[in-house]
Amino acid sequence: MQVPETFDYERASTVEDAIQRLTAHGDEARVIAGGHSLLPMMKLRLAVPEVLIDINDLPGLDHVRLDGDELAIGALVRHAAILDDPILGEHYPIFADAERKIADPLVRNRGTIGGSLCQADPAEDLSAVVTALKGSCVIQSANGRRTVPMREFHTGPWETAVGDAELLVEVRIPVRTSVGSSYHKVERRVGDWAVAAAGAFVQLDGDTIAAVGLGLSAVGAPDMTCPDAEQALVGGPASAEAFAEAARIVHDAVSPTADQRGPVDYKRHLAGELTRRALTDAARRARSGSDPVDSEEGNA
Amino acid sequence: MEVTITVNGTAVTRDVEPRMLLVHFVRDELGLTGTHWACDTTNCGACTLWVDDTPVKSCTMLAVMADGHTVRTVEDLDTGGQLNPLQEGFMQEHGLQCGFCTPGMLMTGQWLLDRDPDPDEATIREAISGNLCRCTGYENIVRAVRWAAEHGNGEAEATDDDASADVETSDEVTA
Ligand SMILES: Cc1cc2nc3c(=O)[nH]c(=O)nc-3n(C[C@H](O)[C@H](O)[C@H](O)COP(=O)(O)OP(=O)(O)OC[C@H]3O[C@@H](n4cnc5c(N)ncnc54)[C@H](O)[C@@H]3O)c2cc1C
Ligand code: FES
Ligand code: FES
Repeated sequence: MQVPETFDYERASTVEDAIQRLTAHGDEARVIAGGHSLLPMMKLRLAVPEVLIDINDLPGLDHVRLDGDELAIGALVRHAAILDDPILGEHYPIFADAERKIADPLVRNRGTIGGSLCQADPAEDLSAVVTALKGSCVIQSANGRRTVPMREFHTGPWETAVGDAELLVEVRIPVRTSVGSSYHKVERRVGDWAVAAAGAFVQLDGDTIAAVGLGLSAVGAPDMTCPDAEQALVGGPASAEAFAEAARIVHDAVSPTADQRGPVDYKRHLAGELTRRALTDAARRARSGSDPVDSEEGNA
Repeated sequence: MEVTITVNGTAVTRDVEPRMLLVHFVRDELGLTGTHWACDTTNCGACTLWVDDTPVKSCTMLAVMADGHTVRTVEDLDTGGQLNPLQEGFMQEHGLQCGFCTPGMLMTGQWLLDRDPDPDEATIREAISGNLCRCTGYENIVRAVRWAAEHGNGEAEATDDDASADVETSDEVTA
């Protein structure tokens, strides 16, 4: 039977209250959102916080809305809500692509986007999605709010830019026109973490790529992306050749590690091939509006 | 610390350690052993119950996190001993062998039927993908959910106070 070490439990009522409690307890305290990464770690005693601060009741963190020229996603929005959200579906189907492959419906009923990004697991999917979309993270402390680009949010595996007495409160994604996006993931079985995954957005100006973003999960890509491949694409044609070349750059740039999910060569192959598929589907969606793309990875 | 949780319609108050998992709260504190507990790693779904009308894996939630919330367990599916159509479907279609996964399957399946009274096979398989079964190969579980869909799904009617709806449900069940 897996039982966490003892701890004190406090339930915060507002963002300010949570920050006050975090300040009072210092690095002894951890916030808990969905708890679907933290509790398994506590049960294995890989995490031993002395105080847990429950943020599930905080008002104003469960929104998805258009806010000026950005989409704003509250830190407490759960996977299930992201999967079904009409605004995200309209602007960025990459979210639903990824969510369909994250864990299972029951886990998705609890896990939050904030917890996912803050867990900073190198195989995490939403982090790769927000990285692909060149989103940013709004962090709140007693001194106010600051915004950190997603690509600087993870400071190492399982480490983030969020300080001891801070909370991630919102994720923001720029709204773009003539854009398509897509996510491709290979998993060993339904609900498992990625063997490898790649996400992309492509913004078109006619047939030319005006802007592009790549997000890579589980393949040891620095900052979960590949700027060289992005640069090679921008200003060029949205063609099969260009996407194959970007895939080749990604293939050579990543540094996956061998584990029970597969050997290095296989993961490297997947990183390239899934990049190619994500770019291809993103470009197709950019041309046609957001038609759903069937993403079976059987032949990867 | 003291928690008050409304379980199957009744508010219960207990003094628990913060580290007590919700699955152990319902099983050990309340004696509601219908909710099963197996993998302990958020994978198998045997511990599935509803918190605020949403199915979750209760081995991965603290009882204190459910303080002030509602919980529904498999013990609440029948009405006075009368199985609901989903439970009946599991009987009719042999949706269980050892039965260990069944409470979780029922709680997830009922949630699906409440949201989608006529789910196709792919939808059912996706919905139960967080609930593992080592016996049936899932085929009969899918059929059991379909049986319920084809026999009134009953949940809405069964909890309805309207007498005619109750009669309708029991007709369907005994048909
Ligand atoms: C069986 C299983 C399968 C899974 N499969 C996948 C998968 O395929 N892909 C995938 O990407 N994920 C997967 N996950 C992880 C899942 O997505 C988690 O829900 C997610 O990683 C964490 O979200 P949470 O809200 O549960 O966070 P919690 O567990 O509550 O917290 C995680 C960490 O983030 C911190 N934190 C949480 N919210 C905030 C905040 N607002 N501000 C600052 N810090 C915060 C916590 O202190 C903790 O350190 C899986 C999980 C399980 C149990
Ligand atoms: S015991 Fe909870 S998921 Fe297996
Ligand atoms: S019936 Fe035995 S695990 Fe499902």
